[in-house]
Amino acid sequence: MGSISRRAMLGATGGLIAGGLLKTQADALTVAEEAAGLQTAQADPTKVLGGPTSVLGQRAPGEQPRRLMANPAVTSSSRTPIEELQGIITPADLHFERHHAGVPAIDPDRYELLIHGMVDRPMTFTLDDLKRFPAESRICFVECSGNGGVSYNRNAARNRSPSLIDGLFSTSEWSGVALSTLLREVGISRDATWLLAEGGDAAVMARSIPVEKALGDAMIAYGQNGEAIRPAQGYPARLLLPGWEGNAQVKWIRRLEASDRPSMTRDETSKYTDPLSDGTARQFSLVMDAKSTITFPAFPFMLPERGWWEIRGIAWSGRGRITRVEVSTNGGDTWIPAQLQEPVLSKCATCFRHIWNWDGGEAVLMSRATDETGYVQPDLETQIAARGEGSSYHYNTIRPWKVEADGRVFFAQGDGA
Amino acid sequence: MSRLGPRPAPEQSTLRAYVCVGLLAATTLVSYGCVSDTPSGESNTVESGTSEWPRSFAIGQSATPATIAALDIDFGPDGAGAPPGSGSVAEGQAVYNVKCVGCHGLTGQEGPNDRLVGREPRDGFLFGEIRGIRKTVGNYWPYATTIFDYVNRTMPMNAPGSLTAGEVYAVAAYILFLNEIIPVDAVMDAQTLPAVVMPARDRFVPDNRVGGPEVR
Repeated sequence: MGSISRRAMLGATGGLIAGGLLKTQADALTVAEEAAGLQTAQADPTKVLGGPTSVLGQRAPGEQPRRLMANPAVTSSSRTPIEELQGIITPADLHFERHHAGVPAIDPDRYELLIHGMVDRPMTFTLDDLKRFPAESRICFVECSGNGGVSYNRNAARNRSPSLIDGLFSTSEWSGVALSTLLREVGISRDATWLLAEGGDAAVMARSIPVEKALGDAMIAYGQNGEAIRPAQGYPARLLLPGWEGNAQVKWIRRLEASDRPSMTRDETSKYTDPLSDGTARQFSLVMDAKSTITFPAFPFMLPERGWWEIRGIAWSGRGRITRVEVSTNGGDTWIPAQLQEPVLSKCATCFRHIWNWDGGEAVLMSRATDETGYVQPDLETQIAARGEGSSYHYNTIRPWKVEADGRVFFAQGDGA
Repeated sequence: MSRLGPRPAPEQSTLRAYVCVGLLAATTLVSYGCVSDTPSGESNTVESGTSEWPRSFAIGQSATPATIAALDIDFGPDGAGAPPGSGSVAEGQAVYNVKCVGCHGLTGQEGPNDRLVGREPRDGFLFGEIRGIRKTVGNYWPYATTIFDYVNRTMPMNAPGSLTAGEVYAVAAYILFLNEIIPVDAVMDAQTLPAVVMPARDRFVPDNRVGGPEVR
């Protein structure tokens, strides 16, 4: 029994693994088994002594999710395989990446965070200093401002999986010190309205952050899902701005300068601004509006037979809690409230489910999220009417999925289905 | 660039006071598009007894002027903190043709990375209306200082932060010249660069999305 027999098993349950994924998972399986020397499955595990304890756990050989990525690159992204995950937490090694000049190698013993500018006492804090302050944790999402870009298109390609559309989205339990605690310690001026946040990577990434947010729920985070933040997520410390676009949550944070005006850095002027059809562009459009997407069934999955299937997905809002998710199986003609899975947390992924008896005919599946402000996730035409066809960033329209009579499922944005 | 002199240490209730300050600040922030996004009563953490916190935890080190100066590299639209030095269009061309041309092309339009040069007819701004218009420094960037700030931080990609201030001023001058924003004999420095008015300067507006039923 080796990877080949396991492959056969995957093939036998092929209804659960559509064509494109089967190859990827089988390949990953082979690599994992051979490289890690993992145990192969036994015909009868009750008749063979099991494996020993170990200092570091590993995934089951057949469970090897991977981030989606074209080629390794220093100024690119990799995507969380959202349709392969359960619950709301993204395993740290599957958290999406978006780097602008690679992942820096920072010595935690030499790390310092400088806070200066319009403060009474400009100060530096070591990593140990940050950990000594009163700590806090919260579960929230981080999402790239450009997430969902391929969906903002009347002619969007059909062969797009949920992660290819919305995989620049991950949810973690973040631990650190409230930024307000640090700003209190340095005595930020009452006249300060902006903080320039700057990273210690080769991009020396810089964004201007309103002090209101900094004194609100912002955090300097050093923990991610119970362990130190991974290098790709900002080790040893990053800025966390719950509900706001990822780019502003500067990783590898090394400096905060209090000021009374924004710095107008590249990533708050030439990038991450939203041009509108009236000849203007929205700037400091930092909040991620309510959004949801069905993660099952979705491309490349193929429903093997009619009958009961559970439509599953995730919803989130940068403005607070999700209060309702509705599901449609007929292209938006009628909507049914989906079941929300606890916990339903503010600015956090929320799982939803709806049980569906597929009759074997064509169907168009949609989900529509509402948040606690009363904002309802719009459809593509509504958002295009509000912003313009060429607008960019903050794409949160309804994502439709077309189920063909043969069970194949395709992304159906714009094709009318 | 601290604009304030020393002040007395804040009182014990400073944290709450600062939250109030933040809310007050929000009214002035509206001009920059920053409206409160936190619904009332929203919190994911149990209320802690911050009233028992000391005025200072006495954690951390005072930052010396030298420490601050070494890191304080931002160059904003007001020119505050701009480093000395200057660069001409011709000097910028010389630097560009060695260190930038490989990624941005001979005239700043060829790529393969971001297109730097190009103006829209009559300086139109149809990016929201029409898909696929390429954004450039000349047709989209609202502030010339951003060129210095960004290049100084991270360019060239294979040797980030390796240019002198004079070289960065010069490259900014050359990019602005290629975009027909400044004349060929212009020299960029701490005074002239912030004074350059970009074609798209007045196109940027505050974020008017505030939640609630209206789609914006």
